[in-house]
Amino acid sequence: MEKFEKFSGVAAPMPLVNIDTDMIIPKQYLKTIKRSGLGVSAFAEMRYDEQGNEIPDFVLNKPAYRESQIIVAGDNFGCGSSREHAPWALADFGIKVVISTSFADIFYNNCFKNGMLPIVMPQEVVDVLMKDSEKGQNARMEVDLEAQTITTSDGEVFSFEIDPFRKHCLLEGLDDIGLTLEKAASIDTFETGLAQSRPWV
Amino acid sequence: MSPKTLYDKIWDAHVVHEADDGTCLLYIDRHLVHEVTSPQAFEGLRMTGRKVRAPERTIAVPDHNVPTTEGRENPDQMPEDSRIQVAALDTNAKEFGVHYYPVSDIRQGIVHIVGPENGWTLPGMTVVCGDSHTATHGAFGSLAHGIGTSEVEHVLATQTLIQSKSKNMKVEITGKLAPGVTAKDVVLRIIAETGTGGGTGYVIEYCGEAIRSLSMEGRMTICNMAIEGGARAGLIAPDETTFNYVKGRPHAPKGAQWDAALNWWKTLYSDDDAHWDKVVTIRGEDIAPTVTWGTSPEDALPVTAEVPAAESFKGGKVEAAKRSLDYMGLTPGQKLTDIEIDTVFIGSCTNGRIEDLRAAAEVLKGRKVKEGMRAMIVPGSGLVRAQAEEEGLADIFKEAGFEWRLAGCSMCLAMNPDQLAPGERCAATSNRNFEGRQGRGGRTHLMSPAMAAAAAVTGRITDIREFTAAEAV
Repeated sequence: MEKFEKFSGVAAPMPLVNIDTDMIIPKQYLKTIKRSGLGVSAFAEMRYDEQGNEIPDFVLNKPAYRESQIIVAGDNFGCGSSREHAPWALADFGIKVVISTSFADIFYNNCFKNGMLPIVMPQEVVDVLMKDSEKGQNARMEVDLEAQTITTSDGEVFSFEIDPFRKHCLLEGLDDIGLTLEKAASIDTFETGLAQSRPWV
Repeated sequence: MSPKTLYDKIWDAHVVHEADDGTCLLYIDRHLVHEVTSPQAFEGLRMTGRKVRAPERTIAVPDHNVPTTEGRENPDQMPEDSRIQVAALDTNAKEFGVHYYPVSDIRQGIVHIVGPENGWTLPGMTVVCGDSHTATHGAFGSLAHGIGTSEVEHVLATQTLIQSKSKNMKVEITGKLAPGVTAKDVVLRIIAETGTGGGTGYVIEYCGEAIRSLSMEGRMTICNMAIEGGARAGLIAPDETTFNYVKGRPHAPKGAQWDAALNWWKTLYSDDDAHWDKVVTIRGEDIAPTVTWGTSPEDALPVTAEVPAAESFKGGKVEAAKRSLDYMGLTPGQKLTDIEIDTVFIGSCTNGRIEDLRAAAEVLKGRKVKEGMRAMIVPGSGLVRAQAEEEGLADIFKEAGFEWRLAGCSMCLAMNPDQLAPGERCAATSNRNFEGRQGRGGRTHLMSPAMAAAAAVTGRITDIREFTAAEAV
């Protein structure tokens, strides 16, 4: 996985609450057996009409936001289906950070596995960031994971919380499986115990 | 010892390693796999030269893409992309040596129906699957939740998951349920009360007399939709109902192992003075037959209610409600029972079990679906289908004018040919009424199997209590 580095990018406002993973990537795009190439289909049913033409009003179709790397979203972003195709599609589009008051659990986990950073902020901060993101191409925010800060286009700085282990993995681009396999002996021991204590499992 | 919740007990029994910051490596007892969220995970193993650590704990079945019409063994029935995905599961299951129920096997069906039905799901287990409705298995008092594809690969390679512990939430449904009120109505009511984000960060244990009185099928319906309330998992403590359901299933323990298992399972309950981070209590008597009007499962109301005005909500929900009303083509103040339906879908991992089909058959016996109605029943598994045929339910459905399909996820998420066209309006027993869920522009109203069956007859959303009463006169 690529290391997550400090960057500054355009933030797109998506104030709708409960944006679900069916919206982020509709089911017809789940038939792929690859991880890549889903960016063009991100938000497909909000982004394209039935003939496949872009809907000009949709935020990511507006000239100012076509290169967005950050989304500032309404509450409970990523709810619904567990499909990892949702973060795959966002990452493939170029999104590195999503900011909201809350995320659905599975989507939140899935982001970290793909080098993306979901940031939870209180409502009043999301309100400020949402306003800032409405400035179009001037809405460049800086995200610094090391320092755990977001800096708005006006230079206002907000700190965010993140689990230290997840931060470490993102910064170093670490692969979870490799890390877990370092504990193979503990898994062996657990399985030996399991065969004794709960042999029916 | 300090008092524990059921969740605490199952968690503690599965910790392989705990880091200083509290992050745990949790052992996974059962890993269920389907064709949509697994191909990239198996490919990852192949690229890194890794094996499936515990193929004997891994169960694969195709369900999302498969057609539900006769003759589906012929791969030409599937579009090419679906065919490739199902073929990939075939190949991966064989190559990595996991348990597998192909389309040709009578035990094939929706993964969350296949697991319990074959005795793979047992109390006190950890169960995961690359599918959010894995929460279903919590009905057995097993800690079960959905994971993403990267985590599918992690479980395949290590039989563990890196997890942080969730908080404990208790949802108690007291007293008795009124006639016509089912598990589906209960869970829709709970979500209406807590919101789709209300369970985020929690594992929910459902308890109380009304939950205890439910069958295993009903309990699975409740836990299935824990995810629609945002919870990582839903749990119901195992009891005699659970043990009776599990006993004798093909992969359930037998003989002395059964006795040993039962001894442990009987310790799986929340201690009286256990700590709860959040408690929600609802009187069973207060729950009415419930349907959804909008595009989020929290948009649920008693069937006697009217379509709400967007302005009746607060904050960001006002805009969301406006968008929902527009998408659903509804007007505030309109009675829910005046909403006309053109499609009925009975099935899914929420309501595709034998009890659900019995409830639908009871309504449909001697009746016909309204002219022009497209109505289908998709049993949750080949075994459910066979049982329904043996009990004569299939004949009732066919005589009523329903299509009697083969097992699969079908129109719950419309990845196979069963889809809504734009503007079509469906009474569905599934779990999500999201925009486009059942097909682009399709409109979904979630409800119980009996209510969906009644809607098929009347052509509109129908209060099952009035429908039954009219019959009695």
